[in-house]
Amino acid sequence: MSLRIVVAVKYVPDATGDRHFAEDLTTDRDAVDGLLSELDEYAVEQALQIAEEADDAEITVLTVGPEDAKDALRKALSMGADQAVHVEDDALHGTDALGTSLVLAKAIEHTGYDLVVCGMASTDGTMGVLPAMLAERLGVPQVTLLSEVKVEDGKVTGRRDGDAASEQLEAQLPAVVSVTDQSGEARYPSFKGIMAAKKKKVESLDLSDLGIEEDEVGLAGAWTKVDSAAERPARTAGTIVTDEGEGGKQLAAFLAEQKFI
Amino acid sequence: MTIDHRLPAEYEELRRTVEQFAHDVIAPKIGEFYEHHEFPYEIVREMGRMGLFGLPFPEEYGGMGGDYFALCLALEELARVDSSVAITLEAGVSLGAMPIFRFGTEEQKREWLPRLCSGELLGAFGLTEPDCGSDAGGTRTTARLDEATNEWVINGTKCFITNSGTDITGLVTVTAVTGRSADGRPEISSIIVPSGTQGFTVAAPYSKVGWNASDTRELSFADCRVPAANLLGEISRGYAQFLRILDEGRIAISALATGLAQGCVDESVSYAKTRQAFGRPIGANQAIQFKLADMEMRTHTARLAWRDAASRLLHGEPFKKEAALAKLYSSEIAVTNAREATQIHGGYGFMNEYPVARFWRDSKILEIGEGTSEVQRMLIARELGLTA
Ligand SMILES: Cc1cc2nc3c(=O)[nH]c(=O)nc-3n(C[C@H](O)[C@H](O)[C@H](O)COP(=O)(O)OP(=O)(O)OC[C@H]3O[C@@H](n4cnc5c(N)ncnc54)[C@H](O)[C@@H]3O)c2cc1C
Ligand SMILES: Cc1cc2nc3c(=O)[nH]c(=O)nc-3n(C[C@H](O)[C@H](O)[C@H](O)COP(=O)(O)OP(=O)(O)OC[C@H]3O[C@@H](n4cnc5c(N)ncnc54)[C@H](O)[C@@H]3O)c2cc1C
Repeated sequence: MSLRIVVAVKYVPDATGDRHFAEDLTTDRDAVDGLLSELDEYAVEQALQIAEEADDAEITVLTVGPEDAKDALRKALSMGADQAVHVEDDALHGTDALGTSLVLAKAIEHTGYDLVVCGMASTDGTMGVLPAMLAERLGVPQVTLLSEVKVEDGKVTGRRDGDAASEQLEAQLPAVVSVTDQSGEARYPSFKGIMAAKKKKVESLDLSDLGIEEDEVGLAGAWTKVDSAAERPARTAGTIVTDEGEGGKQLAAFLAEQKFI
Repeated sequence: MTIDHRLPAEYEELRRTVEQFAHDVIAPKIGEFYEHHEFPYEIVREMGRMGLFGLPFPEEYGGMGGDYFALCLALEELARVDSSVAITLEAGVSLGAMPIFRFGTEEQKREWLPRLCSGELLGAFGLTEPDCGSDAGGTRTTARLDEATNEWVINGTKCFITNSGTDITGLVTVTAVTGRSADGRPEISSIIVPSGTQGFTVAAPYSKVGWNASDTRELSFADCRVPAANLLGEISRGYAQFLRILDEGRIAISALATGLAQGCVDESVSYAKTRQAFGRPIGANQAIQFKLADMEMRTHTARLAWRDAASRLLHGEPFKKEAALAKLYSSEIAVTNAREATQIHGGYGFMNEYPVARFWRDSKILEIGEGTSEVQRMLIARELGLTA
């Protein structure tokens, strides 16, 4: 039977744009262009590689997001995914991580899956919590933050690199995995892929299609509440190390303190 | 009826993809290759992986199912960042693979196109000789059919041939005199010579003013034998064939020149906004602003010119004059923009580590290769009905 892979991809504001909050303290998504989260491109790439290895596989890319989030789906389809699911509903405005995970989980169940692939974190929210929440809601194992991933004999295996050690992990399918930015550069869409993407199916769903009540999501249903938000202060002056014989040590100490080394 | 100059969505997506690729993959690395006169294999491999070498060819030969317009869009975006990789693609597709696609037998297409489309192999086209460039009818290289062995025996020298000596060069299509017509004029044919054929020698790379990360070589043929079946297209039709290839190629060079001109605008606008002199950005001076406005105007006009020629080609309309106009205009304004961009950058513009210095060095060849500016003017004048 065919291996059904669902890749959760997020449509995020372009990080090189000028990003602001709206009056209700949600992200002002109208003011900047959006794109497929760069970290989710790695998830699409790994799904494509898994599918290339498998005899028979089908990749569905899934996003929960506004109308423009279709752009993120189209990019993933151009890279080679087979079909897409777009969950869009005005009531989603202001949904928090728990709410998003509810919607994603329902949509994944609706689509059918053997493997869910996520990015390591979104490039805007950057909580990195959704893969774990999804696994919990779906009631399947989670193998997160992999820099290498393989599917064989009904199992997913992979390597997670930590600061001090690398772990080799495995789980029975169905399962949820997330992959890091070390998993391998994502391919650029080819013209053939771009043309083919136009003909691929994009299914649009709203909350009622998934049997979700409006008050379970949105600002009202959020478990977290943003009390205030402020622009990041302008950069302050850096630290200058003057070398009087101890410069190297001071540099190393600074880097260690900042956890760079 | 709709009259619309904007790109269809898929073409715009291709353009954006190549723009992103040039920015992320080429820009950070190309300076180093250029400085050391090295061919950027790793970048070319990535270009192959994303299908750029297969852009205008059908899927049955490993292509992307696109067209010449799509190729030109990609060339413009590459050349915005670097011309060496752009000319590698241009020569590989338009001069290397296209003659095989247009004139080859089914067998030749099946043998070569899939590997040329994937970028696994590069193709080259050898027309120019030490004693004849613009006057290509003056070809001296000869090919004699040895009927005993059913082989072509090629003798002669070709010069300035792009892509002809890389590790991944698969073939060079050469033009050679294969006979004389009744009135004594040379009849020219095209023959495919695979790399590594005995009697075919590739010289060391030239030391060039620009395009330093692209491969240009002199080739010599001394009793070089290839099977009779390596004839490309019809015997004695070589001249007509390469005129068609060069007509198309001019549109590609025009797109490439437009990209270089745009790169000059990109770099200069951001430099003019940040470089301070006399207490304000140099871009606050009208003298600089007007330079930039003119650079933008020229680039925009050049873009319209190549897109017009390319869309005529796509629609099967005559495009010879439009291709010559586009090539002439865009190459000349590329040189102008490169000179102005260097000027705006002051002393830094003369430093090799700045992209505009590379643009300056890479611009001049655009007025020479694939038909000099004089040749373009001759073609345009001829289309206007003027004869010598
Ligand atoms: C319609 C809508 C409106 C929203 N409005 C606001 C708002 O106004 N203000 C605000 O601050 N936040 C808003 N959110 C963001 C929402 O809170 C986050 O998507 C959610 O909390 C996930 O957190 P994260 O981005 O940190 O994801 P992480 O946990 O960092 O993401 C990990 C991985 O989960 C997957 N994933 C994450 N989000 C999605 C998604 N939406 N679709 C598909 N896959 C996903 C990706 O694979 C990603 O790599 C909105 C979200 C939606 C869908
Ligand atoms: C980096 C590089 C890459 C190249 N790649 C290739 C390649 O891949 N394949 C290939 O076949 N060739 C290639 N060429 C060759 C290029 O196409 C020729 O150099 C070009 O066509 C000019 O020919 P020429 O150098 O013999 O100049 P000539 O023809 O000798 O011209 C010299 C000058 O005289 C002018 N002139 C000539 N005839 C007339 C006339 N009737 N009226 C007025 N002026 C005239 C010319 O415009 C020019 O200014 C390449 C060249 C370079 C430098």
